[in-house]
Amino acid sequence: MQDPPHPPTILAAAATFMRTPVPPEAAPHAAFISRVAANGLDIARRELTLAPQSDAEELERLKALVGAEGSLKDLNTRLCEKIEAGEIGLATPGFTEHLWATTLAKLAVDQPNYSGYKAALAERGEG
Amino acid sequence: MSEFADKLGAVVKARLGRQMTGLRRLSGGAIQELFRLELADGEPIILRRAPGGNQLASAVGLETEAEVMTLAGETGAPVPKILHVLRPEDDLGHGFLMTFSEGEGLGNRIVKDPALATPDLARQCGEAIALVHKADITRVPAHLARQTPAEVVAQWKTSYANTAWPRPVFAMTFKWLEAHCPPPPRVPRLVHGDFRNGNILIKPGAISALLDWELVHIGDPMEDLGWICVNSWRFGAVDKPVGGFGQREELWAGYEAASGETVNREHALFWEVLGTLRWGVMCAGMSASLAGEPPIDRAVIARRASETEVDLMRLIAPLGGR
Repeated sequence: MQDPPHPPTILAAAATFMRTPVPPEAAPHAAFISRVAANGLDIARRELTLAPQSDAEELERLKALVGAEGSLKDLNTRLCEKIEAGEIGLATPGFTEHLWATTLAKLAVDQPNYSGYKAALAERGEG
Repeated sequence: MSEFADKLGAVVKARLGRQMTGLRRLSGGAIQELFRLELADGEPIILRRAPGGNQLASAVGLETEAEVMTLAGETGAPVPKILHVLRPEDDLGHGFLMTFSEGEGLGNRIVKDPALATPDLARQCGEAIALVHKADITRVPAHLARQTPAEVVAQWKTSYANTAWPRPVFAMTFKWLEAHCPPPPRVPRLVHGDFRNGNILIKPGAISALLDWELVHIGDPMEDLGWICVNSWRFGAVDKPVGGFGQREELWAGYEAASGETVNREHALFWEVLGTLRWGVMCAGMSASLAGEPPIDRAVIARRASETEVDLMRLIAPLGGR
């Protein structure tokens, strides 16, 4: 499950920034924020293209782990409650692999160049 | 700026008996303002001031920072010398004047420059922070925060809950932290609180100064040894845990040599995990705390919380085991 803010919010925030007049003295800062906004657009694009499949896979894993039906957010909330209650932990079969798969799917959207993500891919033999 | 410059010049004359000949705002210092002052005698000094004279509620306050920096400097730790703490009658807001320290402070530049990221740097970091931990805490301002490790975990758990978004990796990390939580430190120490690459001024071959004391508090000294290893401050050099320039064993060796105390490896790891989570919760809170549309930069920072999730997984559930 991808985390907020989601593409509609990111796209709206980027549009708001692009429409805001920049006084000359703020030009260097605005140039920096432009690059940040471009990163935001990339995140939105990757979420729109990659998340449908990774979300579907995550939902199937969650149903099995939690033993219930529901939305991604509902089942993730249930999973967190079970973790907090000690009913699911790192020794639970399939749980650690689920966390890894979900985390890597987030990074593929959010920050595919992040050092920790690349290191994890290499450690999994996927780098 | 000219009225500000005139007032500052008058304060430098009255309090230090010296003449200001130049003034320049420095970049860096996201929260506080930094100015470099040129003096007639040729020695530059630094003004650290709260923007518009006001200060942030979460920080200890610039007067406290100045007091603590003086105390830490007495141990021989590399800390700029405080020259004057602004008073209300100076009419310049909150802040202080300190000696200028030569060096590079930008973490990404430090990790890429072999003249700065020397093989000895991690050990020197251990030595420097060990000196800070020797500061006499009986003389620190009474209002400095004092928290046990368990209280710090509980505080960030509340912050995470306030983001109102389920993150199983964070939930699992809180369970891990509760299971691995050290007892309250036998001897509480002065903890810098933001000791990381980016807040350490480096000149070739040596640490020039420890900066940004606004998160200083009393607590477990291992917190500072964990925070400097958080992957977010390695600037891409993921295989060099200490700031992107060294190994944990080098940091610990320097610390043990300078402090005469043994580093508890498990406790240092606990604080590295907690530090990673703390930065993740802060990122996640960037959009959660805003009701309407966030500014684009905050929206994008919020999407960096997942970086800490992969770092946490590598720490608490590494592929192939620890």
